[in-house]
Amino acid sequence: MSETSSHTALYDQHRALGASFTDFGGWQMPLKYSSELLEHKAVRAAAGLFDLSHMGEVEVSGPDAGAFLDYALVGRLSAIAVGKAKYSLICTDDGGIIDDLISYRRAEDNYLVVPNAGNAKAVAAALAERAADFDVTVDDQSSRTSLIAVQGPHAEQILLDLVPAGQADDVRSLKYYAATEVTVAGLDILLARTGYTGEDGFELYVPNESAAVLWNALLRAGTPHGLVPAGLACRDSLRLEAGMPLYGNELSLGVDPYAAGLGPVVALSKEGDFVGRAALERKKAAGPARKLVGLQGLGRRAARSHYPVLQDGQTVGEVTSGAPSPSLGYPVAMAYVDAALAEPGTELQVDLRGKAEPFRVVPLPFYKRAK
Amino acid sequence: MIKVVPELQYSAEHEWVSRDGGGPAGIGITAVATDALGDIVYVDLPEVGSTVTAGETCGEVESTKSVSDLYAPVSGEVVAINDAVIEDPALINNDPYGAGWLFKVAVTADGPLLSAEEYAAANGAEL
Repeated sequence: MSETSSHTALYDQHRALGASFTDFGGWQMPLKYSSELLEHKAVRAAAGLFDLSHMGEVEVSGPDAGAFLDYALVGRLSAIAVGKAKYSLICTDDGGIIDDLISYRRAEDNYLVVPNAGNAKAVAAALAERAADFDVTVDDQSSRTSLIAVQGPHAEQILLDLVPAGQADDVRSLKYYAATEVTVAGLDILLARTGYTGEDGFELYVPNESAAVLWNALLRAGTPHGLVPAGLACRDSLRLEAGMPLYGNELSLGVDPYAAGLGPVVALSKEGDFVGRAALERKKAAGPARKLVGLQGLGRRAARSHYPVLQDGQTVGEVTSGAPSPSLGYPVAMAYVDAALAEPGTELQVDLRGKAEPFRVVPLPFYKRAK
Repeated sequence: MIKVVPELQYSAEHEWVSRDGGGPAGIGITAVATDALGDIVYVDLPEVGSTVTAGETCGEVESTKSVSDLYAPVSGEVVAINDAVIEDPALINNDPYGAGWLFKVAVTADGPLLSAEEYAAANGAEL
């Protein structure tokens, strides 16, 4: 085991459940407990329980909180209502992506910004640096905050078993990309209806010292509803089917939002300057040379990250993520391809270890849950 | 602890070889391999009648998260393949040394093979 990788507050729970571990973003995280296929299918059909405590949590508070995030991030965070969340990006001056993140507005002057595990320190540092001219406090709470997700069609029913009767309607009426304070298993938590699986589901933020109690309560209440503990292996196949980008695969400092299909996330129309604005205006005007697309494999072999995408023997792109889709039964992948070849229906090939196999450009997401 | 079957021989690339009597050798992949791969969803096997050469690739095994070449642990002619694992690759995970066998070879020459003890010791597995 790597000496530098951290354990979450739930490490003992994972060991007791027989997890196999993997290093991810500097953390020892559960890869799977039993079978990643079983866990994937449980999330699609019932529910999965995820430890996401490796994710970062940065609190931004103070009278300028909204104006500050409008400057530090590419979105218009000042415009979201209290209790709502927004997906955004934090970019460099050059328009490269430092991270993609979700921000929850908890009060008029208080936001919780959630970066990815491997970027948490870089995001906290960038926010602190950008805060110099604003009346805000940037507090990196990552090391003392745990995050547990319940994802799947039965997630709401499981939460309802654990909240007081008086809060049942708060859970039922909670909209996608919204958050509220509720009591779950006797613990005061921040409950968000967000996720990274393409299913309905919740993310629960708690202090580390309450994480084990919450985890055990969710596992106990969820088991009769078909919930299983779920690791990062199925989290990756679930988010890929849902067409959601993963930082380090689809997103990086070398990628701009327009290439990644995230142009609508960049609020060029907002007032005032923001970090990356000039570069992003230029990039939008020029248009991306390559675009992120979905690829459906027409054979049975799957494309994997970094495999070349071909057309008539010429390299026209590169795969960023790929796997056999457990829900759909055929290989799916995301790839950057020359912008002229990004239209759905375009027939391409992927070099699968020396053999060109047929793939077709298809719209994202690959998988959409039934409403 | 990952299991290794005492009666079999092993390649360093995680194939097992079953030799009882003078008949064709049964070949599959070990529990060490299936554990590392995760859930197997696709397997590509050599064709019946083709010749495989010890130490050379003769197919591949693909899981949700990874893909691995299949190396022939022995040389000879492929005389049978397990159609059941092509239909249901999960058999390889569930029973790697039994129902999850892959193919049979009429052996003309052995590759470098390890005993169960040697293979287990090299891979932190137990007999």
